[in-house]
Amino acid sequence: MTKITDFKPAADKGFRGLRIAITGGTSGLGRALVRQFSAAGARVAFVARTADRVKQVAAETGAVGLVGDVGLKDDIYPLALQIAGTLGGLDLLINNASILGPVPLIPLADTDCEDLEQALAVNLVGPFRLTKALYGALASSAREGHGALVVNITSDAAVNAYPEWGAYGTSKAALAHMSAIWDAEAAPQGIRFLAVDPGDMDTAMHAAALPDTDPATLKRPEDAAAELIERIRAALADRQTALEAASA
Amino acid sequence: MIAADTPDHRAARLLTVGPDGEIRHRRRSDLATLFDPGDVVVANDAATLPASLHGRHEATGAPVEIRLAGWVTPGDPTRFRAIAFGPGDHRTRTEHRPPPPRLTPGDRLRLGPLTAVIERLLDHPRLAALRFVGNRASVLAGLARHGRPIQYAHVPAPLALWDVWTSIAADPVAFEPPSAGFALDWRTIAAWRERGVRLATLTHAAGISSTGDLALDARLPFDEPYRIPEATSDAIHRAKRRGRRIIALGTTVVRALEAAASSGGGVIAGAGIARNRIGPETRLAVPDTVLTGMHAPGESHYELLRAFADDGTLRRAAESAHEGGYRSHEFGDVMLLARQRVATMSWPATEHEEGCAMVLS
Ligand SMILES: NC(=O)c1ccc[n+]([C@@H]2O[C@H](COP(=O)([O-])OP(=O)(O)OC[C@H]3O[C@@H](n4cnc5c(N)ncnc54)[C@H](OP(=O)(O)O)[C@@H]3O)[C@@H](O)[C@H]2O)c1
Repeated sequence: MTKITDFKPAADKGFRGLRIAITGGTSGLGRALVRQFSAAGARVAFVARTADRVKQVAAETGAVGLVGDVGLKDDIYPLALQIAGTLGGLDLLINNASILGPVPLIPLADTDCEDLEQALAVNLVGPFRLTKALYGALASSAREGHGALVVNITSDAAVNAYPEWGAYGTSKAALAHMSAIWDAEAAPQGIRFLAVDPGDMDTAMHAAALPDTDPATLKRPEDAAAELIERIRAALADRQTALEAASA
Repeated sequence: MIAADTPDHRAARLLTVGPDGEIRHRRRSDLATLFDPGDVVVANDAATLPASLHGRHEATGAPVEIRLAGWVTPGDPTRFRAIAFGPGDHRTRTEHRPPPPRLTPGDRLRLGPLTAVIERLLDHPRLAALRFVGNRASVLAGLARHGRPIQYAHVPAPLALWDVWTSIAADPVAFEPPSAGFALDWRTIAAWRERGVRLATLTHAAGISSTGDLALDARLPFDEPYRIPEATSDAIHRAKRRGRRIIALGTTVVRALEAAASSGGGVIAGAGIARNRIGPETRLAVPDTVLTGMHAPGESHYELLRAFADDGTLRRAAESAHEGGYRSHEFGDVMLLARQRVATMSWPATEHEEGCAMVLS
């Protein structure tokens, strides 16, 4: 609701004032992103289902914590309202919240239809709904020469046919492809979409999927977040160059 | 006209009234091809708050409905001007709604998870300034959970936020949807881009359209804050200089553009408060054409249309819409109304108006 009128995301200003929403901000990669973006002076709102943990991360980082389930249709607009309302618009949306589907992992032939639907609801339809509800805010950011970037977190399971990763891998493959189509359609509006695989990380999700892995062989989510932030910095700088070229 | 009673905006039809008063029946999708390269379409990108809150008056236990209707400080969601109703909901016509319990400063209202305190009455027993207990984030969370879109008896089924956010909805500052924006979709916007028609936006906190109380309705529209980006004012200046048309999507856009009009035929960028009223006496400085819902004489929106066209033209348009079975209200059909040439020619000619007359010819 407050408009940040003086913000220009030129590379030299870094992320100061950038309006960012991150789903799944209370664990793993999402929490590392909330911490690092908040420390860089961005205005951050994040979402997760568990109220206590939302409160904790909000208190620790100063970011705005929102309780909601991206897999529920009725939660999406209330979340979009709070995101656009508290940040006064939106420049960057990171769809990071995700579930594995049935745990322990099982073959598709054993997977209940309802579990597949639930994985699709959280990992694919949720990001679609939230992006759609916030698309006007992102388009407004683009018109004013700010960021306007959507990052969808995918996985190598979207590309490789890993046995027993059926529900999750299918949802992530669809999310990656949807990101590419969004990007083609939204580019003329000045909104970019990236699908990013963060790599194997030492997080709650990984432990649930593959409990026997030695954590020492996995990326720290903090490092994955730092890498992702570099990619985002580059994408925003590209956009800025393209915008300046277009207006010259 | 038939009242549109569901938020299904896909079927909308389009009545066009050209600068010579020529009436044509078209489809809403024709909007994609009706404008020329260099024309600028200005839309209101305000998203709509869930501004209707049901609850109880703490002192008496009496049921109340609060409809947030105006900002006290633009952008601060803890304080609003609001209209209060007694028992019942939107399915009862507002003019038949019983009054709220007597409100006095300091009274507390329990509205779901939110508590509001009446700060003062604003010269009417239904109109008050109130303050929500809590900070920006907790108030927004409460509104998100408990608030519903303001709606009226002609749409009985409860509306959700997705029914009232237009496809360009960005900053949630409006109390009712800037409904001409329902005619927009991203396909149309892409088609405009291909043709060289520019979409520009402003953000105008569209207020409440009706209270059901004659004395209060006479005070509508309330003061409405707006913000015009530099990019929009630049686009308007460029278009005006080159004799292109400015098409205002909706009455709120007309109001904001006129409130921000500068002497040179453009608009001043930045934040402002629209206090202006637009009617037959208004000499429009900025928009050449307005896209609007179908309005009947007597409504405040109809008064605004009289700035674009004489009563005879508006009457012919209304008759034509009636015969054609057009649907009225916010989810209904739309009319594209060009400022009538006759009206333009009768004004003292300035450089700017000659430019406009050229466009209209
Ligand atoms: N870890 C890996 O090795 C790996 C590899 C490739 C890709 N990825 C991807 O990276 C992203 C982050 O994974 P991670 O390992 O950091 O996950 P994580 O540690 O399990 O954290 C998931 C976060 O999402 C939230 N969340 C889950 N379901 C939600 C829902 N329906 N609505 C809202 N929030 C929800 C969780 O909080 P609540 O439970 O309280 O809601 C939590 O904050 C995911 O997209 C994942 O698919 C991970």
